[in-house]
Amino acid sequence: MTRFGLLMSAALLSASGVFAGTVHPTNVDFVDGAIEVSLSGMPGDPENGAVLMNKGAGNCIACHAVSQLSDLPFHGEIGPMLDGVADRWSEAELRGIIADAKQMFDGTMMPSFYKTEGFIRLGDAYTGDAHAGDVQPLLTAQEVEDVVAYLKTLTDE
Amino acid sequence: MRTKTSMRLGVGLAAASVFAMAACADPDDDQLVVNEEIEMITEAAAPDHMERVRTIYSGWRFRSDETQAVQMDDFDNPAMIWVDAAAEVWETADGTEGNSCASCHESVDSMEGVRAVYPKWNEAAGEVRTLEMQVNDCRENQMGAEPWKYDGGDMTNMVALISSVSRGLPVNVAIDGPAQSTWEQGKDLYYTRFGQLELSCANCHEDSYGLHIRSDHLSQGQINGFPTYRLKNTKLNSVHSRFKGCIRDTRAHTFAPGSPEFVALELYVASRGNGLSVEGPSVRN
Ligand code: HEC
Ligand code: HEC
Ligand code: HEC
Repeated sequence: MTRFGLLMSAALLSASGVFAGTVHPTNVDFVDGAIEVSLSGMPGDPENGAVLMNKGAGNCIACHAVSQLSDLPFHGEIGPMLDGVADRWSEAELRGIIADAKQMFDGTMMPSFYKTEGFIRLGDAYTGDAHAGDVQPLLTAQEVEDVVAYLKTLTDE
Repeated sequence: MRTKTSMRLGVGLAAASVFAMAACADPDDDQLVVNEEIEMITEAAAPDHMERVRTIYSGWRFRSDETQAVQMDDFDNPAMIWVDAAAEVWETADGTEGNSCASCHESVDSMEGVRAVYPKWNEAAGEVRTLEMQVNDCRENQMGAEPWKYDGGDMTNMVALISSVSRGLPVNVAIDGPAQSTWEQGKDLYYTRFGQLELSCANCHEDSYGLHIRSDHLSQGQINGFPTYRLKNTKLNSVHSRFKGCIRDTRAHTFAPGSPEFVALELYVASRGNGLSVEGPSVRN
């Protein structure tokens, strides 16, 4: 889909009021790998997004380098550098890449952060034991929005 | 959609300009000679069955100079303490039959070459056996002794002792004939994307070796150096403990040490190292 098409469908979605409330991981609408609407219905907090880049289930810099976060040690080299990433991808595309990168990049090594189904031998976090009960995505809807908000600050200017 | 190869090159270049550590991304060119005597093959042409890798490297080649040095002399290699402990056990009778390993196998030097061909098909038992399985078979059926815990200290020490007398010999496990179906099962496991992070062994150790994931410099995940003494946990680590750790880190439900799945995976991973020297017990971080 073209950028123009994405904008058009964003306009249509917002007109139909989809912004209200949290979108469950199993109900996410991907359009060419992108997600138009905020998953939490709220704007993201870039400061918390920066924290998630380094810590917890996000841990993006395990695989990506970000010059702006160079005070943190050990940036990974598995994925591309994220400097200027907001110039390369729209907000909707960034949201889609974080929620489930496999929709945008077929077979990518990047984990799907907003997904609860289809895992093989799902474990109970890092214990090595089997998982029991409801599955939580790696990032909550609001955390995905926070990371999107942080990535949007990464422009080359 | 972007292709893997161009991505990998692009990443290397982009990272090199910002982080000095990217300069040491690929395996280094160091040569491993242990005790100024045992010349190790740490780089070899990949075996024919590997479709996506041209050259295989020992994990030693991805470690820092400091870590590498610890393996180069048995006086520095802390693993040798446990090798010595196992050498005593080798001579010590245990079980109802009053036998020690030495009663039947004489000197441990009789085990030269054994590590290099395990896991191996055992005709009488009709199964692929790891070295651990064979040792426990001898304990139970030749000695009348209790089996050791699969990845416990006694077992891992004994495997280190048996490996040590094959150091320098090329790994050469058989993957055809009756072992083939087990090998195929291991290959399937190697390419399965486990856990909530949906990562396969291949994602890290085939597609990404030479790159850093956080602070870790990814190797090809070879097992020619096992058991390994790890600076991180200051003990000897068995192959299956390592497999367990790597699967656990994908937020997956792991398999148990000694399970049929890990036996199959071990045969497959060992076969990816056919041609590298047996290094066990090696030193890693
Ligand atoms: C296990 C490694 C890994 C982790 C962890 C990871 N990524 Fe990625 N990421 C990748 C890879 C590999 C790609 C390249 C896509 C491909 O496979 O073609 C990528 C691509 C991207 C892209 C597109 C970049 C571009 O310039 O084209 C963005 C944006 C991104 N990741 C953001 C994130 C964020 C945010 C996180 C943390 C929430 C994260 N990644 C965690 C591996 C990872
Ligand atoms: C009573 C005699 C006996 C004792 C005691 C014994 N073994 Fe064995 N071992 C054998 C025989 C017989 C074989 C060959 C078995 C076979 O091929 O199935 C064997 C095979 C092995 C092999 C595989 C060798 C190869 O070439 O594949 C290993 C390793 C081994 N034993 C280790 C040990 C250890 C370690 C101990 C002591 C804990 C031990 N054995 C005690 C009789 C013994
Ligand atoms: C998220 C990435 C990742 C995945 C997936 C992964 N590993 Fe690892 N593995 C590592 C890291 C990091 C190390 C330590 C550095 C190194 O040697 O690569 C390691 C080390 C190893 C080692 C020790 C190598 C040596 O020289 O001592 C083996 C063996 C191994 N892995 C096997 C496996 C197998 C088999 C699988 C699949 C079941 C697997 N790994 C999955 C990251 C991974």
